[in-house]
Amino acid sequence: MAELSIIIIKIAVAFGALLLIATYMTWMERRVFALVQVRYGPNRVGPGGLLQPIADGIKLMFKETIIPMQADKVIYFLAPAMTLIPALAAFAVVPFGDSVTLFGRKIDLVVADVNVGILYIFALSSMGVYGVVLGAWASNSKYPLLGGLRSSAQLISYELSLGMSLLGVVMIQGSLSLKDIVAGQAGMPYIVLQPLGFLLFVVCMIAETNRAPFDLAEAESELTGGFHTEYSSMNFAAYFLAEYCNMITLSAVAATFFLGGWRGPILPPVAWFLVKIFAFMFFFMWLRASTPRLRYDQLMAFGWKVLLPLSILNVIGTAGAIAFMGS
Amino acid sequence: MLSGVIRGLWVTIKHSFKNRETVQYPEVKEVLPAGYRGLHKLLLWEDGLERCVGCKLCAAACPVDCIFVESEENEAARPVSKGERYASIYEINELRCIFCGYCEEACPVGAIVLGSEYEFCADDRGKFIYEKGDLLVSRPDEVPELQTRYDERKLLTYV
Repeated sequence: MAELSIIIIKIAVAFGALLLIATYMTWMERRVFALVQVRYGPNRVGPGGLLQPIADGIKLMFKETIIPMQADKVIYFLAPAMTLIPALAAFAVVPFGDSVTLFGRKIDLVVADVNVGILYIFALSSMGVYGVVLGAWASNSKYPLLGGLRSSAQLISYELSLGMSLLGVVMIQGSLSLKDIVAGQAGMPYIVLQPLGFLLFVVCMIAETNRAPFDLAEAESELTGGFHTEYSSMNFAAYFLAEYCNMITLSAVAATFFLGGWRGPILPPVAWFLVKIFAFMFFFMWLRASTPRLRYDQLMAFGWKVLLPLSILNVIGTAGAIAFMGS
Repeated sequence: MLSGVIRGLWVTIKHSFKNRETVQYPEVKEVLPAGYRGLHKLLLWEDGLERCVGCKLCAAACPVDCIFVESEENEAARPVSKGERYASIYEINELRCIFCGYCEEACPVGAIVLGSEYEFCADDRGKFIYEKGDLLVSRPDEVPELQTRYDERKLLTYV
């Protein structure tokens, strides 16, 4: 009974924090854009514009939900949920802090320490592709269809390199569980041992979340909004939130695999975890403000002809180095 | 491709250290230049008589026809202006006005001038038709922003 209540509290805390951070990422994105564009972002609504996401949420709730005629209503409504739920659920295996001892019990700060942790994350991100494709198809309109198809092709192409870039760390650690991987970085973070893996993971991370420069699928100028053209108000908010939750989860995975997760000298572990996530998020936003987007064929060529061979090389090199040093 | 991305990132991060030029209105307001053309004012002479003689030159000069003037004979006992006539009705539709300053240039006595007020909002179109009572104001030396423009003008003076 006590175990169940601990798990429920952990779920509430972790997912509540995830959703809150995802909402405030909209604020951070606008302020970061403004910073690099030599202007102020929203700074009127609350102190420093901190109530802006709430104002936006209220506005979205009051907007009219427009559904295209002859759209498949059931799937049209389910699709954003099919993107949002995997994005949220993938956060369950990420350790966000060291073990704490409360009321005489040792509680690990991870919602579910599955021993196939990283495989679970990849399975869920593959399921997230369904939400994009079905949402695009159910909209019954040209632009979302093309955007959704492009986006799904992009997502599955970059998933390969995403997985393989992490294989090096998995081989060094010898375990798929994220908790073990953080534990194994007590001496040295894996970015030192796997710089190429880190670089590949970061690039694939940007492609997986449909962020610039890989954001052709949702580009307003190219495809009038891509797969979420026909979505309005709360449906659109669900897609939007799913994108930010994906960004946060993948940033958390990157921090866990390469930067040592919650490890750090002076601050408490959760604080270090958040610092690393925010560093990655800042990098996402900084990159979006600085680069033009790739054309679709450039994007696919890059994914298949550059990243995949490099990640295979990374795996082979790491395996060779391990075998060499082991013998 | 990577070098291009890194160069782009460098440019943006350089920008993040620059000073932002945005004026945080309404806490901070821009300093207006000397010849700024804002809301109109109808001026008086030093002894309190109105300058406007109802000649309607401002209405004729106005490119958008936003000034309406009607003049009446000055009573000898209690003159309103120093000439033969005064403006009994003087209305300016500030919404139509383009703040070009032609009325100020056309006026022979220096009655209508453009001041520096730019924050005049209302919630009804009718409230933007400013009548003589709204426009009428003090002597030029009480309106400091007009001093520089005023001293340069050649005006008809009445003895």
